[in-house]
Amino acid sequence: MCDTCGCGQSGQPVTFTKPGEHSHSHLHTHNDGHSHDHHHDHEHDHDHSHSHDHDHGRTIEVEQDVLSKNNLLAERNRGYFEAKNILALNLVSSPGSGKTTLLEKTITNLKNEIDFSVIEGDQQTMQDANRIDAVGCPVIQVNTGNGCHLDAEMINRAMKELQVKDNSVLMIENVGNLVCPSLFDLGEASKVVIISVTEGDDKPLKYPTMFSVSDICIINKIDLAPYVDFDMKKCKEYALQVNTKLQFFELSAGTGEGMEKWYQWLKEKIKK
Amino acid sequence: MEIIDLNNFLQRFKLNTMHEMSIAMNLVDLAVQTAKQNDAQKINSMVLEMGSLTGVVREALEFCFESACKGTIAEGAKLEIINIPGNAVCEHCGHRFSGDQVAVPCPKCNEYVFNIQGGRELKLKSVNVD
Repeated sequence: MCDTCGCGQSGQPVTFTKPGEHSHSHLHTHNDGHSHDHHHDHEHDHDHSHSHDHDHGRTIEVEQDVLSKNNLLAERNRGYFEAKNILALNLVSSPGSGKTTLLEKTITNLKNEIDFSVIEGDQQTMQDANRIDAVGCPVIQVNTGNGCHLDAEMINRAMKELQVKDNSVLMIENVGNLVCPSLFDLGEASKVVIISVTEGDDKPLKYPTMFSVSDICIINKIDLAPYVDFDMKKCKEYALQVNTKLQFFELSAGTGEGMEKWYQWLKEKIKK
Repeated sequence: MEIIDLNNFLQRFKLNTMHEMSIAMNLVDLAVQTAKQNDAQKINSMVLEMGSLTGVVREALEFCFESACKGTIAEGAKLEIINIPGNAVCEHCGHRFSGDQVAVPCPKCNEYVFNIQGGRELKLKSVNVD
């Protein structure tokens, strides 16, 4: 049953699974299973005016954000995180930028100093959760089915099941997608946008929305920069054109180069 | 003329993976909730204010809207979208300017330091009901 729109149809369910468990809960996607014809004959003549006359019915002023339900829930998540001193970071990027590798390395190297937990978002599979589980970190996999982004409700559910510790870092690895997740507040402290040098230096201009809503930009796979056509200076310039307040970390999660600064930033953030 | 089954079409092309589908669902949900609170039986139309910096594709949203309305009191409702242009204040010279893209220099001083003030709206302005 869809509790967002009341559509009442079960589509491909959203599942929440910890490694070593069977999936046991689901939300919804919005496929309604019934069909209808979509037959339009556009043959009416256009000699009538297209003013939007609302002679019939009555008009109710609403003036409310369409995503207000998500935003409200996101604010509740944010309040929860703040009260428990949980630093929640929403990691967003295209698929294949190295989000999971970045998490594996970060957790492995800092787990003696910082408590981590991870919410993994993917359309399908337990691959990423299993990788995080292998480095000894509490993790829950949210499989969105057809969904292209995580939303505040999924995070609310996932964080309860994870029982995130006080004074810890919660890494939310969003579905690999540089467009849709930008619109959905999860209650995070910051969005961290990750690009890899193999994606090209003009990515910030091609997908400006995500860069404009992020606070941190991680440029990953810098060890590969000599082999691809990637101009670091240009990339940062483009990103700053979209968002002047963006803070950069240039690193390679693969080789470990540049990771120290990122670790330092995390440690300082969690202290506050 | 080919008759298209909208839901099959959506599924075939995985169009419900678009965030426009979520937005359409949220929009219809909000409208239906408002209408019911006002003892309305049917939604005739609704007006949405949409900023041009939201990253929402208008055509995709219109396409999803019809499907989102199915089986609700908004079925068959018209969607009117009012575009809100992006506007920003230059932090360098204070000039206020508008545009439909995020990465544009200030037309006055050519700097890229701006504060976005508008253009990210996604607001249900009103619903017309019976």
